[in-house]
Amino acid sequence: MDLDPEGIFRDDSDEEDDSVQEREANKEMVVYLIDASPKMFTPAGLNQTDEMEETHFHTIVNCITQSLKTQIVGRSYDEVAICFFNTKEKKNLQDLAGVYVYNVSDREPLDRPDARLIKEFSSIQDSFMSNIGSRYGITSGYRENTLHNALWVAQALLRKGSVKTVSKRILIFTNEDDPFGGITGAVKTDMIRTTIQRARDAQDLGLSIELLPLSRPDEKFNMSLFYADLIGLEGDEIAQYLPSSGEKLEDMTNQLKKRMMKKRKVKTLAFAIINDVCIEVNSYALVRQTTPGAITWLDSISNLPLKAERSFICNDTGALLQDPQKRFQLYHDKIVKFSVRELADVKRVSSHHLRLLGFKPLDCLKDYHNLRPSTFIYPSDEQIVGSTRVFVALHSSMLRLGRFALAFYGNPTRPQLVALVAQEEVTSSGGQIEPPGMHMIYLPYSDDVRYPEEVHMTSGDALRATDEQIKKASDLLRRIDLKNFSVCQFANPALQRHYGILEALALGEDEMPDVNDETLPDAEGLSRH
Amino acid sequence: MARNKEALVFLLDVGPSMCGVLQEVENICSTLVHKKLVYSRSDEIGVVLFGTKETCNELAKELGGYKHVVVARDIKVVDEGTTHALQNLPRGTSPGDFLDAIVVGLDMMIRKFGNAKGKQRLCLITDAQHPLRDPPQGTKEDQVNTIADQMKKHEIKMDCIVFRESGVCHNAVMDENDQLLYHFRERSVAKVVQVDSPTSLLGALRTRNVLPVTVFRGDLEVSSNFKIKVWAYKKTSEEKFPTLKKYSDKAPASDKFASHEVKVDYEYKSVLEPNMVVPPDQRIKGYLYGPQVVPISSAEWEAVKFKPEKGVKLLGFADRSSILRHHFMKDVFSFVPEPGNTRSSVAVSALARAMDEMSKVAILRCVWRQGQGNVALGVLTPNISSVKNVPDSFYLNILPFAEDIREFQFRSFSNLPSSSRPTEEQQEAADKLVKMLDLAPAGREEILKPDFTPNPMLERFYSFLDLKSKQPDAKVPPVDKCLKRIMEPDPDVVDYQAPLIKNLGNSFELKENPKKRKARTQDRLTYAGADDQSKLSKESSAKQIGVMGILYPPTEMVGEIGDHNPVQDFEAMLAQRSSPAWVQKAIDEMLKYTTALLQNSREGDDHQKALECVVALRKACIIEQEPKEFNVFLTDLYERFRTVDVATFFQLLCSKNVSLIHKEEAPDSDVTEEMARSFYLKPEPSSQ
Repeated sequence: MDLDPEGIFRDDSDEEDDSVQEREANKEMVVYLIDASPKMFTPAGLNQTDEMEETHFHTIVNCITQSLKTQIVGRSYDEVAICFFNTKEKKNLQDLAGVYVYNVSDREPLDRPDARLIKEFSSIQDSFMSNIGSRYGITSGYRENTLHNALWVAQALLRKGSVKTVSKRILIFTNEDDPFGGITGAVKTDMIRTTIQRARDAQDLGLSIELLPLSRPDEKFNMSLFYADLIGLEGDEIAQYLPSSGEKLEDMTNQLKKRMMKKRKVKTLAFAIINDVCIEVNSYALVRQTTPGAITWLDSISNLPLKAERSFICNDTGALLQDPQKRFQLYHDKIVKFSVRELADVKRVSSHHLRLLGFKPLDCLKDYHNLRPSTFIYPSDEQIVGSTRVFVALHSSMLRLGRFALAFYGNPTRPQLVALVAQEEVTSSGGQIEPPGMHMIYLPYSDDVRYPEEVHMTSGDALRATDEQIKKASDLLRRIDLKNFSVCQFANPALQRHYGILEALALGEDEMPDVNDETLPDAEGLSRH
Repeated sequence: MARNKEALVFLLDVGPSMCGVLQEVENICSTLVHKKLVYSRSDEIGVVLFGTKETCNELAKELGGYKHVVVARDIKVVDEGTTHALQNLPRGTSPGDFLDAIVVGLDMMIRKFGNAKGKQRLCLITDAQHPLRDPPQGTKEDQVNTIADQMKKHEIKMDCIVFRESGVCHNAVMDENDQLLYHFRERSVAKVVQVDSPTSLLGALRTRNVLPVTVFRGDLEVSSNFKIKVWAYKKTSEEKFPTLKKYSDKAPASDKFASHEVKVDYEYKSVLEPNMVVPPDQRIKGYLYGPQVVPISSAEWEAVKFKPEKGVKLLGFADRSSILRHHFMKDVFSFVPEPGNTRSSVAVSALARAMDEMSKVAILRCVWRQGQGNVALGVLTPNISSVKNVPDSFYLNILPFAEDIREFQFRSFSNLPSSSRPTEEQQEAADKLVKMLDLAPAGREEILKPDFTPNPMLERFYSFLDLKSKQPDAKVPPVDKCLKRIMEPDPDVVDYQAPLIKNLGNSFELKENPKKRKARTQDRLTYAGADDQSKLSKESSAKQIGVMGILYPPTEMVGEIGDHNPVQDFEAMLAQRSSPAWVQKAIDEMLKYTTALLQNSREGDDHQKALECVVALRKACIIEQEPKEFNVFLTDLYERFRTVDVATFFQLLCSKNVSLIHKEEAPDSDVTEEMARSFYLKPEPSSQ
């Protein structure tokens, strides 16, 4: 397979080695369990009189659609199942009441997302009431436990694949914090007990169960009524599960979107602060260029995929070789041979992953001290207890003193000097915007820095703007000011177009989508100045 | 001389005061030569030494004077002679006079090339500490002017590297010398850098010349009626590890002109008929959309794909604080005003200075070339020049798109359990460390400034390459002392702060998680390795190496399996068993070593050695009750090598009864005695 054959996304930077590791880290299988009880179809905002107002159900459908679209682009090998509970109709292998496993043709219930699933699911609301239907599940007199059934179905869906290589998750979306509130007595105790037992069993099998609680601004989702027990939260862990109730529905959508994404660590690193103090941190790739997926060569007659076979041929004799293990460099017209091991040894210059060298004021980190996207690090106590404590102490000192840490990252393929910049947590009503931790910035070496500004040195003094000219420029700056600029506001038009075309072709649509290029300046707005 | 060819003359101060860093001077110049031998074979280099006891140069012969300047090598195409002239530089006896050396170097250039155009450069390395001799007429400054005129006339540039160790007291002589060197810079013929540590000296000279090439020339469109002509260059660009070619040993030894290259050939075969090769014109690209593969021909794709217009457009200005440093995505560009364009220079200067004063940045949309299939979003930041004859300019960093950002949630530090939060005393210890381990102390140059820090991996590779060209069997040498300063904390700083560092170690308690004791990731080994190193050195040589050694034991303490006595080394490593991880490390090292041995073995020459290794490893794994480790290794090895020419090695193992470790030997094993016995008897895939 060729990655990005035209090279349009490649620029000059090569393939990220850590993104490869990340991709291989593990596959994910997830079941979205969506509460479809009538409560989910009541308006989500305060203003209940407005008929057009969005419901929690609508929010979830949007979030999942968005997530599927991202997934098909970036993590298309992950598998997903969508399952409603508290439905009128039932559709599941176990034939349990109140549970409906949603799917489209040509697809297993738990499978990779495809174009049809995304398209049909995104418009499910139009047909949901007539085809699947909504009802209160757990009521007195109706002896079904729909939540229990839903967990059972989800667990059965996740039976395939080994938990060693696949991470399996059940995500429950609901706005009902007390699902057994409608019943009383022994029946209630019994139902709660069996449901919790069902969840425990699933967790024992290595499935993680997460809750995405929804609530309206006027009523708080009370975790301790039931769900804390179901997920098995204790003490201060509940605080992490603050329900998604933003001031605005937008915030909630945002927060849900973030929570649905599973954190994938790239690596665990040893961070030697000083030799007696060596802590453990995990690294994460929070910012990486998203590229269109790999391309496959097909036989144009049959449209069947082709297999590329690589062979090594001796240039001198034409003999077919095994993958040769020796490399050479022409040096001074002489052939200098290296074994692969020797080359690896040359590159291995340091025994530690990350080694602290010292600290510098933040203004020593220049704008041109950059080569690649940064990597985020966050402490872990998994193997070395006490790591978090050391990290938090350093983090807070660095923030207070306005310093960054200089460290050496002994990555075996590319050992590099890095700046560790402490990032303070930033939150808004919509949840966390910047997580607390440190960003590892890859610094250039002397041979990586060029001095183009000195190429055209003038004989005399270079021209400088006068104070008056600078003042004029300042006025211009004030006029063309982007208020509340955020890097997240622009979608990549090339990528959007790429996937738009593929989606249209995959679904056999005739018309090519019109993708709006958000990066074009607002011509009208600018010309007014 | 061809346009892209360069002639360079080194002017090296070898006077007594430079004695301490001559090794680094040799290293940096050698690296430059090594790279030229790889990348620019026809470049020419001359070497002039000054501060020497002797005198040997044309000018001295013809005119007299120019004492203590020796032409160690005339300007010639790089070869062994060049490297040789830069090895073992003589320790000079008289204070160096750099102006004399510059004149000698300049004279060599002019004699050799006359008015021929081409890239010509002088490279001066000196400490500029000593008084220069007075010129026969006029002032020293007049002399500098005369030299600069000549350099201009012949388009010769100069790099000046002034080395002065931190702590050297500045005096009037140095001031005068610096003024003279800066005068060269003001005349736009020289670049001057000052460094104060041997490590920075290694990074002070660009060892590989890259021709500056613009990525874009055109308008920076501020608005439809305000455009500034700019040129964009790369400001940073990673110098890569050279791509070595695969080596083929098939050519007969008698063939003197054999290329030894390996051609990699790709053939595309149909999955239905594996014997059918599909020709290129019958192939079509399929794009993945989830599980679907969508076939589209290049022509079709060309018709529908995204095609932006070339141009660099301003979207607007934003607060500097709205751009986070960690959002910078790539290497960096530089935007300079169009050369010779007064209007551009003033406009760039005015905008840059206004942005600087108001803490603003500009957001740009960039399409560098017509036909490019994507756009880049960038942030422009001001680069206010501190040198009079260098224009103001901008840096441009690429920003992520919405798709490039992953919003993972992390636990807030404020609601961590109290067991993970530092106590007041611990916080104080951390504060002290951050304050005291200062790499930008007042009164001296910033330590390990990226701009003056060489790439240790590349330095090491090029010196190894040179060594290997002379001794093909040479081993990878240890990392140079000066390069270590890039990878490990500076012992001077550490030594000075030793009590403080000890304090930090005492305040924090780190424990291995007992539940994870069995975990065997590479990471854990590294932690354990570090602990063991310090323990070992504490026991063995704490008294001699003092506190510095305890904190930063030399890495040589890490056991390694060498080529001489691999089995002995392995057993020695096992014997140092202060923790289970150390045993693990020994086993891992041995696994690696044995695999590599077989990989590189030719015609069974290393098989006996490999056998001994496997036997030793097997024994150790039984004693340490790690049967799986060994069994997995042996199975892998067998799978990997049995079909190739080391298959005979397995016959050897079989004949010595070296097979999997079975249950009788280690209860943890899931291999039965029978399975072990028949391990090598499994049918070959070819006979199936």
